[in-house]
Amino acid sequence: MSVALQNLVNQPYKHGFVTEIESEIAPKGLNEDTIRLISFKKNEPEWLLAFRLKAYNKWLSMTEPQWQNVKHPKIDFQEISYYAAPKPKEKLASMDEVDPELLRTFDKLGVPMHERAALAGVAVDVVFDSVSVATTYKEKLAEVGIIFCSISEAVQNHPELIQKYLGTVVPVGDNFYAALNSAVFTDGSFCYIPKGVKCPMDLSTYFRINTEGSGQFERTLIIAEEGASVSYLEGCTAPRFDTNQLHAAVVELIALDNADIKYSTVQNWYAGDENGVGGIYNFVTKRGLAKGVNSRISWTQVETGSAITWKYPSCILRGDNSVGEFYSVAVTNNFQQADTGTKMVHIGKNTRSTIVSKGISAGHSNSSYRGLVRVGPTADGARNYSQCDSMLIGDQCGAHTFPYIQVQNHSAKVEHEASTSKIGEDQLFYFSQRGIDAEEAVSMIINGFCKDVFQQLPMEFAVEATNLLSFKLEGSVG
Amino acid sequence: MITNNSKPLLEVQGLHASVNGVAILKGIDLTINYGEIHAIMGINGSGKSTLAKILAGHSAYQVTAGNVIFDGKDLLALAPEERARSGVFLAFQYPIEIPGVANNQFLRLAYNTVQTQRGKDELDPLEFDDYVREKMKLLEMNPDFLDRSVNEGFSGGEKKRNEILQMALLEPRLNILDETDSGLDIDALRIVANGVNQLTNKDNATILVTHYQRLLNYIVPDYVHVMNSGRIIKTGGKELALELETRGYDWIGAEENIPEGAAL
Repeated sequence: MSVALQNLVNQPYKHGFVTEIESEIAPKGLNEDTIRLISFKKNEPEWLLAFRLKAYNKWLSMTEPQWQNVKHPKIDFQEISYYAAPKPKEKLASMDEVDPELLRTFDKLGVPMHERAALAGVAVDVVFDSVSVATTYKEKLAEVGIIFCSISEAVQNHPELIQKYLGTVVPVGDNFYAALNSAVFTDGSFCYIPKGVKCPMDLSTYFRINTEGSGQFERTLIIAEEGASVSYLEGCTAPRFDTNQLHAAVVELIALDNADIKYSTVQNWYAGDENGVGGIYNFVTKRGLAKGVNSRISWTQVETGSAITWKYPSCILRGDNSVGEFYSVAVTNNFQQADTGTKMVHIGKNTRSTIVSKGISAGHSNSSYRGLVRVGPTADGARNYSQCDSMLIGDQCGAHTFPYIQVQNHSAKVEHEASTSKIGEDQLFYFSQRGIDAEEAVSMIINGFCKDVFQQLPMEFAVEATNLLSFKLEGSVG
Repeated sequence: MITNNSKPLLEVQGLHASVNGVAILKGIDLTINYGEIHAIMGINGSGKSTLAKILAGHSAYQVTAGNVIFDGKDLLALAPEERARSGVFLAFQYPIEIPGVANNQFLRLAYNTVQTQRGKDELDPLEFDDYVREKMKLLEMNPDFLDRSVNEGFSGGEKKRNEILQMALLEPRLNILDETDSGLDIDALRIVANGVNQLTNKDNATILVTHYQRLLNYIVPDYVHVMNSGRIIKTGGKELALELETRGYDWIGAEENIPEGAAL
């Protein structure tokens, strides 16, 4: 790998600044008192405290998963602060009351709020550390009966919905990190699309970890009632610290009859420096339940950040004729590690799933695709198509594929395709001989490689993802 | 096409080059004027493809001595993409496949990059589509080439046509065709040669690297150079190629006792 290519990949992290705002931080450590404190601070009903404590007790009996293809020092869960909120200034009535320092932060991140939100037609629920500070477009959405707010607000204002659905797709004891999240989650987004309503705009949440040494445990719940549809966008960045931060989120999606949920993520958490120091541990459980007939759950993710990514957005296809989709681009550079993929669980008849995974590895990084396609005995006529492609840049990185296929029904059709390719010096020379420099060449090759995934993203997200990838891989080839 | 007022486009002076410390070129001298076609022939391993790649700036080769002047400028000081933008074009012997990148996007980016360098306007996708389709007729190419990935799954002949199509689009001043005839059946050879002939004129010059005389039946060179062990050991007119065809390469070394470092 030439020097030019190295430089191209190794650009500094743009979002690595800390906002100077007084935070209210809970003491480090996790015990029942911590959980009671969180629940008390958030003025939660008794049943939610019980939910948290049940999760905590499950978590105590569990051990960290060891099967993933990543390496990291043991995490000391008593060294993490589980609650950090920008010091509250009473309730915010409008955007004008938001701390200007906070707004500047969002500005630097390019979060579309204010007029920019209006222009882009995006409603943004911003989660800053653990507290949702502003929600735009709420009224406009309320006109058609859509509820889009922080999950804390939803607990106060729509407790019956939360109680009915929370933990139904990802049970409290689902896995180690999901149990941890269920015990200590502080905020996140809630979205409810009533029967027959097509959400008129893309909904967007921007998450950001700000306080050093604080974990972020957000919880997202999206419910699409019969015939409803919604497209939800999630973008993530975090400032740079030399210590590793834990991010363990849980996202649950529920689609009833004929409902359609599309969930898109561009994840650019801080990845650590070029020597692998610092960066986010992104251990996330995302799962959608296609509960009703003809329902559809579609995940699209562009994962460029985090020191370690451990994430498998999945679909449980319970309704007959339901559809699950997973489109993923995962880029790793320097010493990043990604173990990501999906699970498609076919239960209903004639359920269909599509998996398109593109892994790009540069530097000393390691990227793994891990996917499970399970066709249960009741899933007559189920079909799956999986395509897993890996691209290597340079000769110090690795790409791995771990596909698991379990079929218990004779009528199922399951296809799996995989490929590995490499951006070679000869390809770059070919471009340069036609007058095209290495950066443009890499960008063109990568975009070509990721085309099938990018075209699933909403327009403005596709542009952001394209830029992010070029930026991320600048200097990695040459 | 030699004219009286020809001036040099390319001057190679005492060029030595190596790869991984092994000397491949051992003193090449070659002057090419505007309007000329030069064939460079020789057995495998004689260094002729290396010369082509070095002129284009391939990073695997290190120039250890000598100069290359292109249109009065030091060519060796330029990065490969700068050489391309100033008019050096290499039609590759083995054009590489670039999966996922559509040919039309690639061609348009290359075209617009070179146009910008020349101070001309870029073409938008629609304008470019018209332009490229016109050029494709020259090479009797099927328009579905445009939607396929660059060289991916192309037959040998299709790849070579795609190279000459790029030459037609970029309108370089120095065309270097590296074994463009290899892997072509007789019909494809005729089409490709016909395309090249329509593109050569008094404002450019062409180097044909080949080891068969077959191509030279279609593209008639002004000069034929024979390379052996990293040196040009004989230069003649087009009749030299015919002589090589009948007699092979062995007789040259015996006939001309070239001293070390000699240049023509």
